[in-house]
Amino acid sequence: MSALGEFRSLSRSRRRAGAADQREQHRDNKAAAFFLAPWVVGLLGITIGPMIASLYLAFTDYNLLQDPEFTGLDNVRRLLSDDRLVESLKVTFTYVLVAVPLQLAVALGLAVLLDRGVRGLSLYRSILYLPSLLGASVAIAVLWRLVFGTEGLVNAFLALFGIEGPGWVSDPDTALGTLIILHIWTFGAPMVIFLAGLRQIPRELYEAASTEGASRKRQFFSITLPLLSPIIFFNLVLGLIGSFQSFTQAFIVSNGTGGPNDSTLFFSLYLYQEGFTSFRMGYASALAWLLLIIIGVFTALNFWASKYWVFYND
Amino acid sequence: MTDALKAAGPDEPPVISEAAALVRGKRSRRRVRTVLKHGVLVAVCLLMLYPLLWMVASSLRPNSDIFTSSGLFVDTFDFDHYPNGWDALSYPFSTYLLNSFLVVLGSVIGNLVSCSMAAYAFARLDFRAKRLTFVLMLLTIMLPIHVLIIPQYVFYAQLGWINTYLPLIVPKFLATDAFFIFLMVQFIRGIPRELDEAARIDGAGHVRIFGQIMLPLMIPALATTAIFTFIWTWNDFFTQLIFVTKPDLYTVPVALRSFIDAQSTSDFGAMFAMSVVSLIPVFLVFLFGQRFLLRGIATTGGK
Repeated sequence: MSALGEFRSLSRSRRRAGAADQREQHRDNKAAAFFLAPWVVGLLGITIGPMIASLYLAFTDYNLLQDPEFTGLDNVRRLLSDDRLVESLKVTFTYVLVAVPLQLAVALGLAVLLDRGVRGLSLYRSILYLPSLLGASVAIAVLWRLVFGTEGLVNAFLALFGIEGPGWVSDPDTALGTLIILHIWTFGAPMVIFLAGLRQIPRELYEAASTEGASRKRQFFSITLPLLSPIIFFNLVLGLIGSFQSFTQAFIVSNGTGGPNDSTLFFSLYLYQEGFTSFRMGYASALAWLLLIIIGVFTALNFWASKYWVFYND
Repeated sequence: MTDALKAAGPDEPPVISEAAALVRGKRSRRRVRTVLKHGVLVAVCLLMLYPLLWMVASSLRPNSDIFTSSGLFVDTFDFDHYPNGWDALSYPFSTYLLNSFLVVLGSVIGNLVSCSMAAYAFARLDFRAKRLTFVLMLLTIMLPIHVLIIPQYVFYAQLGWINTYLPLIVPKFLATDAFFIFLMVQFIRGIPRELDEAARIDGAGHVRIFGQIMLPLMIPALATTAIFTFIWTWNDFFTQLIFVTKPDLYTVPVALRSFIDAQSTSDFGAMFAMSVVSLIPVFLVFLFGQRFLLRGIATTGGK
């Protein structure tokens, strides 16, 4: 069961009452205090504590050197009139809404292709999975800069056909596209999850459909997709949450600027610039909370929409 | 019509051969489909690997060749990029590799200890506020680090931890990578309860049950955790960029980044060489730990 399935079952099941007797419960409380101690310290000290602190900082002017100065709604007002913020939201939403679905579509397509007893499955799977482990690294971002540079691999290849390509990463029209391609390149992780899910679908369903004369296309849309929908949902939620926070690739490809022309100014990159380059920690905290709210709303919408398309077989 | 009857009636062989042809046709269609499938798969694999192979090839070519050749075949080998890149920054690359290994080691140990403890509590103990804490734990998996990073920075600065590895390692000992708690909870739930109940009847306390029964049984989950922690920490750029600003403390990602700054126009070969070096540990872990990686993402991703 995935973390998301966990939420579903938690919201459904009722508290298990009287399962353990009083003495047992008492002993468990003590033991739990011991086993959970590190986690509780972490939760309070470096998760909840900082969250509260950043909520306060969001309403202050703070440059690390002087004490934070409470400025009321100044930061909120700035949020509403910040052109670069608008730009970075545009970039981030474009990236998230294009890259995530495309990546999942590729992952699903290849998982389906690999599903039914392909010879050499494990080799194919390994090769396709590898990029998803490397994709987050600085080295790959460096590579991408050079693959899509003016004199990069892509243009050297295009030159074979007499085409003179643009400087993909230095052209505001194409820079974001190279990052989207990088995201798609890491489709291996969701693909492996899809593969595991496909294996759970009973073969008999396909056999029955086949004898009734259903085409492969029909089988895909009437059996595979509905039965896989919880896993598509899982990958979608995680993919969206993760890519809203993308940082490294844009940072490296644009050398920290989010350029050219703010065309790769991911939200987290803008937040980093405000907080750790310009030392406007108060405003950066406000940005952080805006990001949290956006991700929260987006995830909630996703859960809401899932009622209409995710099929639970229980 | 009679012709048709006559043709279909007494003449059985044609029907059989027709069926045989049908079977043969189906079989050859299947063969075509298999060939097509493998064709697509091989093409996709090549496309996926091409940039990586090109990077390796480029690290072995003279600089003048790198951007003129899109192929993988190296005409003239130039092995100088590796020693050049190794010494191109203010410290030899081995310093950064060692630094990264140190951070990774601390993170792996931290995650193994703290997450397994928390997971045992969530999976096996009945305690007050269990549901609430469990939900909180799941929520923190989805919490963006950005919301925490600024106050954390302020806090660590007050403790004098900036430019040490403590901000990178201590949180791991406090089980902040809740994803791994969840992964281990899932795993423990699959271990038959009879095993620990038998031990409990024999009078073993939870600490002993955890240490002597649970941990040995959890080895696959621990391996998955160790491997993922290794790779994610090795690749992590955001927090290392923020907390480590002294060149002698640079980890591999931060060092590579400063490489771009320093060498923006000149020595691409050296940059490729060090990029290749930086990916080797991840590649090796992938090679030897694949089984656990694949199982790990399959069990947490499964419904």
